[in-house]
Amino acid sequence: MAEKKIIDARGSFCSGPLMELIAGIKMVEIGDEIEVLSTDKGSAAEIPQWIKKVGHELIGTREEAGIWYVNIRRTK
Amino acid sequence: MKILVVGGGMGGTILANNVARSLKGDVKSGKVQITMLSASDKHMYQPGLLYVAVGKMTPDEMYRDQASLLEPGIQFHVDPVETFMLDANQVKTKSGKVHNYDILVIATGSRMWPDAIPGLKENAEFFYTEETAVKLFHRIREFQGGKIVIAMGVPHKCPMAPLEITFMLNDYFLERGIRDKVQIHYTYPIGRVHTLENVAKWAQPEMDRLGITYETLFNLKSVDGEKRVLHSEEGTEINYDMLISIPAHKGMEVIETNKLGQNGWIPTDRFNLNMEGRTNVFILGDTTNIPISKAGSTAHFEAETVGANIVALVKFGVPVRKYDGKVFCFIQTGSEKATYAMFNYNQPPDPKAPTRAIHWFKLAYNKLYWISARGLL
Ligand SMILES: Cc1cc2nc3c(=O)[nH]c(=O)nc-3n(C[C@H](O)[C@H](O)[C@H](O)COP(=O)(O)OP(=O)(O)OC[C@H]3O[C@@H](n4cnc5c(N)ncnc54)[C@H](O)[C@@H]3O)c2cc1C
Repeated sequence: MAEKKIIDARGSFCSGPLMELIAGIKMVEIGDEIEVLSTDKGSAAEIPQWIKKVGHELIGTREEAGIWYVNIRRTK
Repeated sequence: MKILVVGGGMGGTILANNVARSLKGDVKSGKVQITMLSASDKHMYQPGLLYVAVGKMTPDEMYRDQASLLEPGIQFHVDPVETFMLDANQVKTKSGKVHNYDILVIATGSRMWPDAIPGLKENAEFFYTEETAVKLFHRIREFQGGKIVIAMGVPHKCPMAPLEITFMLNDYFLERGIRDKVQIHYTYPIGRVHTLENVAKWAQPEMDRLGITYETLFNLKSVDGEKRVLHSEEGTEINYDMLISIPAHKGMEVIETNKLGQNGWIPTDRFNLNMEGRTNVFILGDTTNIPISKAGSTAHFEAETVGANIVALVKFGVPVRKYDGKVFCFIQTGSEKATYAMFNYNQPPDPKAPTRAIHWFKLAYNKLYWISARGLL
């Protein structure tokens, strides 16, 4: 069963949500889902761009009460 | 009450000293015992590695005897922990000794993990240990020209180090008079030259001015040492003559082997700094899994919070402070001026205009570090 890992990058200015994801994606298995929590609006755009470039799967992004949730699946 | 501190680096040292000073009377009367277990009798000023790598500091200048930095009353042993028995409130050391504790603090730091990238260890130069920094200095001394590529993995400790080594290499080759024969090519994992936006806004034009080339969204995937080519996760390639890397980091092996946290990062409550699920185990510095800079200043501010809470636990039976995510870092903006960034979980960094005064303060900090480690700054 694929697991879902939460990367809670709220309040992370350095190293920031995308860097946290780049580090965290290597810690899950191929097929696993990651949910990144971020309070930085920029990461809602930045993370999907990187995901597309590298070739993982973007499941979706949503915002609730000032928190952005970006869901991704590691594909390789 | 037995307080056990594992790790005698930046975080562990400040914490032990703060607690020993605040509980001086209790330590003297034997009501409180503070023990520190570390892996070395020396304490390294790690930013010194940058200077060693370009021949501006000797390795010896980076070290002080750890015992000389500690308040009287702290029992210090060079005997690294091998086994954590958290359910029994005990640790076992390399010498086979078992230490009991009421409160445990883990501050064992982090280490380079070049094995994560095929070909990296064999083909790159590093500078995050004394040995590799000395070797890098010899390599750049022998270098007569060509392309130097700087590449990093994430997470790595000290977010300013990639920029600092790049600008220091620029100065080094200028001083040697061969800067025109050396291409310095900087790479960075995300879409700008530094993770802090304001730092990136300053650093990118500075690189343009100095003729340092750069490439962003570059995450190393493998190194082909024979062809001298780097391959990235993003599908791009870069040729190099010399590769200098700050590889991805891990926590210490002992954290992994004891299954305290994946890759050696211990799940830590971001406000209380206790290990998740353990109210008498506190985690400090690089080895937490909190998504903030792995830096000495982080370890310092965390140590202040945990120290105050340990004192409160002894005196009131409850903790009194929460960590707000505070980080402070100097930003050298050229050889004569510097600024700083201060931020926390809620407040983004807002660096002020660089000044000479901050530059001098940063230089002074190279010495003030030892006062800071004593918990006096
Ligand atoms: C080149 C470079 C430049 C840097 N520049 C800066 C800077 O300008 N500003 C800044 O804020 N930070 C800087 N840093 C980062 C800073 O040095 C670290 O983030 C900081 O030292 C982390 O503190 P720590 O207490 O978590 O770990 P450390 O200071 O690394 O200490 C870890 C301690 O744990 C001990 N230990 C390890 N294993 C065991 C074991 N099994 N049992 C017992 N003890 C053990 C070690 O002996 C050591 O004493 C820099 C780092 C480098 C490498």
